Amino acid sequence: MSISRRGFVKAAGAAAALSTMMFGTHNVRAASGSKVIVIGGGFGGVIAAKYIKRLDPSIDVTLIEASTTYATCPGSNWVIGGLRPMSSITFDYKNLAGHGITVVHDYVTGIDAGAKTVTLEGGNTMSYDRLVVSPGVDFADNVAGYDAEKAPHAWKAGPQTELLRSQLEAMPDGGTFVISPPPNPFRCPPGPAERISMVAHYFKTHKPKSKIIALDPKGKFSKQGLFVQGWKDNYGFGTDNSMIEYRHDTKVNAFNADTMTLETDVDDIKADVACIIPAQKAGKIAFTAGLTNDSGWCPVSATSFESTIHAGIHVIGDASIASPLPKSGYAANSEAKVCAAAVVAMLKGVDVPEPAWVNTCYSLVAPNYGISVAAVYEINHADGKIASVKGAGGLTPMDGNRMLEAVFAESWWNNITGEMFG
Amino acid sequence: MKKALPALAIAMASLLGSAAYAADAPAAADAPPHQSVDAGGDAIARTCFGCHGVDGVSRGAAPPLKGLPASYLEQAMTNFKSGARPATIMDRIAKGYSEGEIKAMADYFASLK
Repeated sequence: MSISRRGFVKAAGAAAALSTMMFGTHNVRAASGSKVIVIGGGFGGVIAAKYIKRLDPSIDVTLIEASTTYATCPGSNWVIGGLRPMSSITFDYKNLAGHGITVVHDYVTGIDAGAKTVTLEGGNTMSYDRLVVSPGVDFADNVAGYDAEKAPHAWKAGPQTELLRSQLEAMPDGGTFVISPPPNPFRCPPGPAERISMVAHYFKTHKPKSKIIALDPKGKFSKQGLFVQGWKDNYGFGTDNSMIEYRHDTKVNAFNADTMTLETDVDDIKADVACIIPAQKAGKIAFTAGLTNDSGWCPVSATSFESTIHAGIHVIGDASIASPLPKSGYAANSEAKVCAAAVVAMLKGVDVPEPAWVNTCYSLVAPNYGISVAAVYEINHADGKIASVKGAGGLTPMDGNRMLEAVFAESWWNNITGEMFG
Repeated sequence: MKKALPALAIAMASLLGSAAYAADAPAAADAPPHQSVDAGGDAIARTCFGCHGVDGVSRGAAPPLKGLPASYLEQAMTNFKSGARPATIMDRIAKGYSEGEIKAMADYFASLK
């Protein structure tokens, strides 16, 4: 499969120059004046809007996002652990105007794929030539009695993040924090273990008699070997004095908000502070617009991220089915760039370019203790699906430099958010 | 004349493609016939921006890439790929790219002023 992508790189420069010259006045449509609407101002949507505009400034690009501020999920565990203030991970959309993007703060209530229009809660209807939908995730009702105030998921950064942080701050030393990670697939696979790590750091430095209990429905989790090593190095994991107790294959069936009790098949666990992260599905507008299949996520073409259900609508980020790309911020960023190039090509009536994707994902186990996973992806032309490039990527080695990776974790956050909001 | 243009363009693209990268280009025919959204290594280089900053202008410890000599970038990636140059993560990432892709990315960042 790599042969095809490599063949592309060799000829693409010459071909691009020629196609501009030879087809410029004949087969190629002008994209000038075309209208693209992007729904959702997160890691996918903001990057899609920016790169469509960057690749063809003549295209009219509008980003629709209900909120005027955005808090990044990456880094939100660092806030929960007390490493950073909430303000440091919170942005607004003002700089996008300088990139030629119109930002409309409204909520999309409907999409008409046939008429190519979007309806807003504010009453307006807007028309598009191509639509990019980057709605993130929504939560399922898989835990009876779930209460987002009493057991904040904090899986969308913002008020939920601050709520969980304040509950941890109010908890007396000697208390128990119970966290329930979600079943697969979900946003940010290493996120629950990073959250456990950050809460452990906070307890170790402020409330050392406290405990953490994880009730995970899954048998294993992302970066598990590295997290377990990190918990041994930092939090006595596996000893009689372990701060963290991690139970696998333990499903939380119900939550009693009055008694702060999580009910499993085996026993009931009482929490002083609880974090229940529900099962996930594509963001609401994806369902409203009929972009999801039976899985609850959105099937798309791998090369363009155009929906295989509704032509003219592209779905990127966590809501799309893009496996083996994970549901991560960096993957959404990479998908958005592939989608942007495809949208511009389709508006011009030229071939959709060869896609390229990367995922890099850092987690902090402690302030100076970072770990990572990376992968490079390409299109498999034989089946049209995304494939990991064999022999590349993988986890931090067990003897890797944890301090350097913590520094690079912060650098990652600075650069990826700078690309979005700079 | 109008009809002859596409065929001519494809032929020229193939010729230029294989001429420019003759050393490792047995498969110019595999390449898409033409596209005009991107050139060379742009699409691959953009996947680097999340860690190295837009156009390789870094806001953190990740090294800046903008405007560095192509020969330097090529050698760095080649040595990360072989393991000759130690790294925290680039050794894992560099293994995902061919010689031609590394050259295309290096040329892209070197071309930015």
